[in-house]
Amino acid sequence: MFRTADMLEIFQQYRGDAIVIPGRGGRHWVHLSTCPQRDVPLGDPAMGGHASFALGLALAQPDKKVILFDSEGDLLMNLGALPTIAEQAPPNFYHFLLDNECYATTGGQPVPNAKNVAYDVMARGAGYPRAFAFEHLEDFAAHLQAILDQPGPVLVAMKVTPEVENNPIGQRPRWQTRTREQVVRDLQAELGLSAAHG
Amino acid sequence: MAQEAQLSPETVLEEMKKNGVTHVVWLPDSETNWLYLLMQAEPSLHLVAVSRESMAFSTAAGLSVGGKTPIILIQNTGLMESGDSLRGWALGLNIPVVLMIGYRGWTRHGVTQDTAATYTERFLNAFGINYYLVESNADASRISVAFAEAKKTKRPVAVLVGDEYHGFNR
Repeated sequence: MFRTADMLEIFQQYRGDAIVIPGRGGRHWVHLSTCPQRDVPLGDPAMGGHASFALGLALAQPDKKVILFDSEGDLLMNLGALPTIAEQAPPNFYHFLLDNECYATTGGQPVPNAKNVAYDVMARGAGYPRAFAFEHLEDFAAHLQAILDQPGPVLVAMKVTPEVENNPIGQRPRWQTRTREQVVRDLQAELGLSAAHG
Repeated sequence: MAQEAQLSPETVLEEMKKNGVTHVVWLPDSETNWLYLLMQAEPSLHLVAVSRESMAFSTAAGLSVGGKTPIILIQNTGLMESGDSLRGWALGLNIPVVLMIGYRGWTRHGVTQDTAATYTERFLNAFGINYYLVESNADASRISVAFAEAKKTKRPVAVLVGDEYHGFNR
């Protein structure tokens, strides 16, 4: 297992001009990103669905790399997203998965069969042409450039250290610096779409 | 029932094209096969098949944020499965999307026997989603009304298709 913040620090060097949906990594990414107008930190809009949202964005913006930092709890709620992504096969979609083996925001209870789920195998079984799994940061760092140089869709499962939160939601520090509405507005302005969605 | 009293899939397709739909995010039900064949043959439409309706809302949200015009085509049963996704992804991100909902169990006459129909409008009302009933080609202009309303209000608007046992499946 490795720390999400350390992984994102490495990833930041390879980000280029990609659109990044930081998911559960948002609290760290907000301090690391050098291109916030292309970041889509949405927090937790619903119980699951980040993979499908990212797919939609990738289909809508085929000329831009769309990089998602999904989490295993989110994906487990919507596993059916995998065959849809594989069928659509957007070459600009890079699906990274933060697997901390638990529901960290609810106190760290394990997800079903937490230690034994091979998400890279699931992705391949669903039809992803490429999938990887990393448990060590050095391996991740050594392969990242090559992963991003190849077309998607690709799933990159990573074992990350849980950052368990036990405080009541109202007492947790907010890491978001923008509202969701502002995030969407900023991205659309960056993409020249301001009038489309507003 | 006379042919002209039905809702033809060609009419629905025309409404999609007229309103600039780029992507149809959908999960087929037993009554939409003919529409599927037409959509598949239409080069201006990109079909995105999901395996559970909740994913239609998050997918459509991504498409809309990225500047496209999706439509969600699902059955009322799947709509009810999708409550949290509708709340968080579509309403929460102010997504102007039309939901075309197969109104399973709906009947204008007599008693509705299917609880899928019993709860459909109650469900939409609970989420504050406005809706229009479309039963035949004569009602088809309501689909354009729904698109205009979605765009203006930046909210999902539903079209309830109350003719699912006729024109959609020949």
